[in-house]
Amino acid sequence: MKECIGMLLAGGEGKRLGLLTHHLAKPAVPFGGKYRIIDFTLSNCTNSSIFTVGVLTQYSPLELTKHIGNGQPWEMNRSDGGVTVLSPYTAKHGGDWYSGTADAIYQNIHFIEQYNPKYVLVMSGDHIYQMDYRKLLNQHKETKADATISVIEVPWDEASRFGILNTNDDLSIYEFEEKPENPKNNLASMGIYVFTWEVLKNYLIKDAKQRSSSHDFGKDIIPAMLNDDLKLYAYKFEGYWKDVGTIQSYWEANMDLLQENSELDFDNKNWRIYTNNSNFPPQFICDRAVVKNSIINDGCKILGGVIEQSVLFHNVEVDNDAIITQSIVHSGVKVGKNCVLDRVIVMENTTIPDGTHLVATRDEDPIVVNREILEQKSIVIGGENR
Amino acid sequence: MKRLMGLINLDHEHQFFNELTYFRNGASIPFGGRYRLIDFTLSNIVNTGIEEVAIFVRSKYRSLLDHLGTGEIWDLDRRNGGLFILPPDWHDPSDKSRGDLQFFHNNRDYFHRSNAEYVLISGSQFITNTDYKEAFKFHVDRGADVTLISTQVEELLPEHEPYFRVEADDLGWVRNITNDKHNPLVFTGVYIINKELLMELVDDCIAYHKDNFFVNGIAERVNGLKIQNYRYRGYSAFINSVESFYRQNMNLLSLEDYEKLFYQKYFVRTKLSNNPSVQYKKNARVNRSILANGCVIDGDIENSVLFRGVEVHTGATVKNSIIMQRCTIEEDVYLENVILDKDVHITRGQKLIGSPDKPFVVAKRQVI
Repeated sequence: MKECIGMLLAGGEGKRLGLLTHHLAKPAVPFGGKYRIIDFTLSNCTNSSIFTVGVLTQYSPLELTKHIGNGQPWEMNRSDGGVTVLSPYTAKHGGDWYSGTADAIYQNIHFIEQYNPKYVLVMSGDHIYQMDYRKLLNQHKETKADATISVIEVPWDEASRFGILNTNDDLSIYEFEEKPENPKNNLASMGIYVFTWEVLKNYLIKDAKQRSSSHDFGKDIIPAMLNDDLKLYAYKFEGYWKDVGTIQSYWEANMDLLQENSELDFDNKNWRIYTNNSNFPPQFICDRAVVKNSIINDGCKILGGVIEQSVLFHNVEVDNDAIITQSIVHSGVKVGKNCVLDRVIVMENTTIPDGTHLVATRDEDPIVVNREILEQKSIVIGGENR
Repeated sequence: MKRLMGLINLDHEHQFFNELTYFRNGASIPFGGRYRLIDFTLSNIVNTGIEEVAIFVRSKYRSLLDHLGTGEIWDLDRRNGGLFILPPDWHDPSDKSRGDLQFFHNNRDYFHRSNAEYVLISGSQFITNTDYKEAFKFHVDRGADVTLISTQVEELLPEHEPYFRVEADDLGWVRNITNDKHNPLVFTGVYIINKELLMELVDDCIAYHKDNFFVNGIAERVNGLKIQNYRYRGYSAFINSVESFYRQNMNLLSLEDYEKLFYQKYFVRTKLSNNPSVQYKKNARVNRSILANGCVIDGDIENSVLFRGVEVHTGATVKNSIIMQRCTIEEDVYLENVILDKDVHITRGQKLIGSPDKPFVVAKRQVI
């Protein structure tokens, strides 16, 4: 028996990330110089001593499944528990895709039951944050709640963009409002829940029978529980938390890492972010290169140029006199001579021809390029190319 | 296909590493920003397709054991074969063996159990990034008893002195194995031998109270054995002293040499850590240097090799130096021609300068 097991929702498509999630599930999108988005949630589990985790995948799962592997980087390669990738399946009675977050858990009730847990922690694999789930769990136990929802204070003027929990003084929840026009509170749901399993299980079974339900935690399960006057509490999380749902927020979250006193601390030895590491040589910075306020991964060769306020993943090669600012460069990219990149996200293994200028102005979204786009663009850019 | 098994014999390696080997075996000296010497040999062996590797190690092997672990990084965590670390632990009262023959004698099982017909034997001081597939094919095709892998050295340096030299005829048959200082054809310490012959030679050496398998079993029998010379032509280095260690690290600061050692068909494998990428802050100034993940840089780095997790604070200068894992260099420190072993802490304002021929070495975990 396990006291608490984790269920990590990682099936989302992340439509608003456009090109970044064309061939990739959102949780597998590279982040922060060497990680993938899901690493943050998985590492939180490891650092919170939750070593039994089901990862629910659906959309484009290949890279994600490969990345998770046997869970070894997160110390989840265990004979008892460990990490299990749970994709949609068919069985005697048929089967279907996961039709919502609650449905994904419902279809894996038998997985959870194997461990006979008292509590289930439901997380989403597309947020960047460092959180000790034990504190959440402890509050859940102390208040004897049926469900505890992790919340974060958001600025009042932004509250109408979030799912807002209206709470009493003791943080018990009396109402849930999805994107309220006139918010009564500024506590936004982070999509992280602890449920007492017996309670959740009943609600999942009931919900599965409701044809009209969208089988979603926020839209169906939580309102149903509130409707029945169950004990729901909010848990206030303090620290960095970001839903990297759009190109702009993805770019911002990467830039946040370069802040002088960034709230995200990758170097915290007590709260490491673990990832599937590879064996690349150390990076080489040549004579003429200027590298400032940036994060650069193993295997990069910086032959020259200026790199400022940027994040470079592994095996990036930057040629002479290239200027890269406020950009995110994924692994295996080659940036040619005299290129200028400003506010650009370059996807894996793209070669940027000499002299290419890609500049996004302050008021537009960062430019995302991959190999195909660049090949088309080079016709348009023409003259500036070479 | 004929099969090879691997053996890394660290027993008779000449070492002049001073402080660097106070607490570690020469094979586990950190090198090239994120490796240890043994990584090169071990990666080359694995690249050859060898799936069982033994290591003979007599002393100071704690850091080596820690580094190699289960051998997982080299895909050697196998149910069959895999990695066998064989430190001295023998209590056989009838054992008459001496020198490295003790290792062979007490670990006969390792050789007998394997169905490989050939053994590739290597030390840890020949640094290159390759595989020995071609050398193995050469050995089998020539029908040799033993094939020595040698390399032609362009400039003979003090570090080459302890190694044997090879004299071979036009057909590659070895006529002599010498200590001739002026012969630039240097034996790399890597050789392939037929397993059955190996075991016979071991018995013979023990019977005649010998104490060095290569010297007594092979070098002294040049005339009785069919020994071929295979000349290796790739980029390589010999590291057996503080000076050669320093110089070879510095050589990697030429992009060409760096690529020759690291950007080959294979990436050299080493123990992985979970360091974040290198973080360059606003005062960082970096020129011609190699840095491994986990470094946080806010000072001046010039012509230096920084291992994983080194912190260089604002206003500090690191020049022509090798800074090993997890060192901290505080504000306004000046380092030139210095080797800092792991976990060294240099406090604010200190100035340490060595000479290019005799770098200043600070032993592990010192606070200065």
